[in-house]
Amino acid sequence: MKPPDSPFSALTLAGWLAGAALVGYALFDGGYLVTVLGFAAIYAIFVSGLNFFMGYTGQVSFGQNAFAAIGGYTSAVLTTAFGWGVFPAMASGIAAAALLALLIGFPTLRLRGHYLAMATLALGMIVQEIAVQWDSVTMGYTGIAAIPALGAFGYELPSDRAQLVALLLALALCLWVASRLKHSRLGQALAAIAGSEDAARALGIDVARYKLIAFVIAAIYAAFAGSLFAHFVGFVSPEVFGLHMVVLGFTMLYVGGIGTVAGPLVGALIISLLPETFRGFKEFQDLAYGAALILILIYAPKGLASLVRRLRMRSDKRRAA
Amino acid sequence: MTAILEVRDLTQRFGGLTAVDQVSFNIRAGEVSAVIGPNGAGKTTLFNLVSGFQRPVSGSIHFEGRNITGLAPHQIAASGLVRTFQLVQLFAELTARQNVEAGCHLRGSGGIWAALSRHRRAREELAQSANIAAELLEFVGLQSRADIEAAALTYGQQRLLEVARALAAGPRLLLLDEPAAGLNAIETDALAHTIRRIIDRGITVLLIEHDMNLVMRVAARIVVLDFGRKIAEGTPDQIQRDAAVLEAYLGGTDTVSEPSVEKSV
Repeated sequence: MKPPDSPFSALTLAGWLAGAALVGYALFDGGYLVTVLGFAAIYAIFVSGLNFFMGYTGQVSFGQNAFAAIGGYTSAVLTTAFGWGVFPAMASGIAAAALLALLIGFPTLRLRGHYLAMATLALGMIVQEIAVQWDSVTMGYTGIAAIPALGAFGYELPSDRAQLVALLLALALCLWVASRLKHSRLGQALAAIAGSEDAARALGIDVARYKLIAFVIAAIYAAFAGSLFAHFVGFVSPEVFGLHMVVLGFTMLYVGGIGTVAGPLVGALIISLLPETFRGFKEFQDLAYGAALILILIYAPKGLASLVRRLRMRSDKRRAA
Repeated sequence: MTAILEVRDLTQRFGGLTAVDQVSFNIRAGEVSAVIGPNGAGKTTLFNLVSGFQRPVSGSIHFEGRNITGLAPHQIAASGLVRTFQLVQLFAELTARQNVEAGCHLRGSGGIWAALSRHRRAREELAQSANIAAELLEFVGLQSRADIEAAALTYGQQRLLEVARALAAGPRLLLLDEPAAGLNAIETDALAHTIRRIIDRGITVLLIEHDMNLVMRVAARIVVLDFGRKIAEGTPDQIQRDAAVLEAYLGGTDTVSEPSVEKSV
């Protein structure tokens, strides 16, 4: 146990305070920052799901955008074409994604490493292609607009600020669930699989079953994020859930800290804010953004969230020496 | 004494090679047995068959009277037969304590609901895992290393940690795959001591070993394989005087001293 005056718990506290100040300023100011933070919250949920499968369980998926698309499109179609409420539409999208993950995961999760990466990449591309081609339902490239905002029982949250608060509450719930699952018998089994599948088997862990559980949880998070996106922005199109989403998710996961509960939150916030920070660089904006990413990955190869832990271990080692 | 493990006519082929050929033997409950043999004799294949990591072409394996032939590895572990690996397979990024806690999987039953609600039984399960981990780390002498990442332990400590983790699964038969490989003389002594104390806990031990010194010291009975076939079986005294065993070790390309050369690799 660390004493509370340790500089590293102070660093963690500073991080939380900075985040809270940012949210406070956004809610007070109400400008563009609300939108940026809203996206960050949605992506933090998406990446938390990815973290279950890639961080806690040590597998790889390039196809989580498929489940986000299913969540987003189910919400969009059911609310606009059939007049459903936000909650039932969202729940249907999540259920559909979970069911698909179960059906796809059963045969696919026998694959390992590169093969699993290829299979999941294909899954993402197929779902995106369906979103493009199934014109009568998805409106093809045109996309679906005028999706009702977050709300319940016919009441829509009136402002972007109120929606941001709703997104943050959803994010808090998702992080709480992630933390509870990670620090449990289930989480121990996932960590064992990430460490060595053979050893996990030899200790009586049903590896296929737990991989499937992690895959379905990741799909549920992705579909939830996709649905929140649809209602927050009011618009979905195939491009929204394209490969760009996968790349962004990976970047956030690795920058924030793969395998940690806070990592997806930190990564989503940093990656959402970085391009805005470098707006002053004008045409060099992308260059500065790229350089910042490289620096982070060099100096914090396990992500910013694990930086605190690494510093702590280094000081423990020094004390022990 | 009753047999805890009965292997009958076990055969495994890879292409044209018969790695394990009609091997039969019994392992007695409550003592240490060893499978020895020159390189390529089929020892590791035999272990993989018994622990379910490979399915045999023919033959049967009975554990405590129950046919476990062809069961999945996690099912065999759940029935009380747990193995370790020749190349240590630790959860490298977890601490020693977390490794052993993860090894307690079979003792609990909590799933998603237990994780979310943290009801009383779920908390008790986690507390029980923590207690067992502390006890087993002390049992193998790693209590002072509990919060060190497994990857940062010395090789000898990693071997002991793997044994502690396997014990966490609550086995009645423990299969140790070359537990002394890579250990120095002092570490091998400590291992021999630990193996005897495992027997005292009422757990039967079957080991594959190259280190004759260790085998002759701890094993009550020895099975000798050569080219996939059983060529001898008996007490260490009988094995040391067995003509077929001497032939296999001294007459062929392998020698008795070779295993100790390999150890340093």
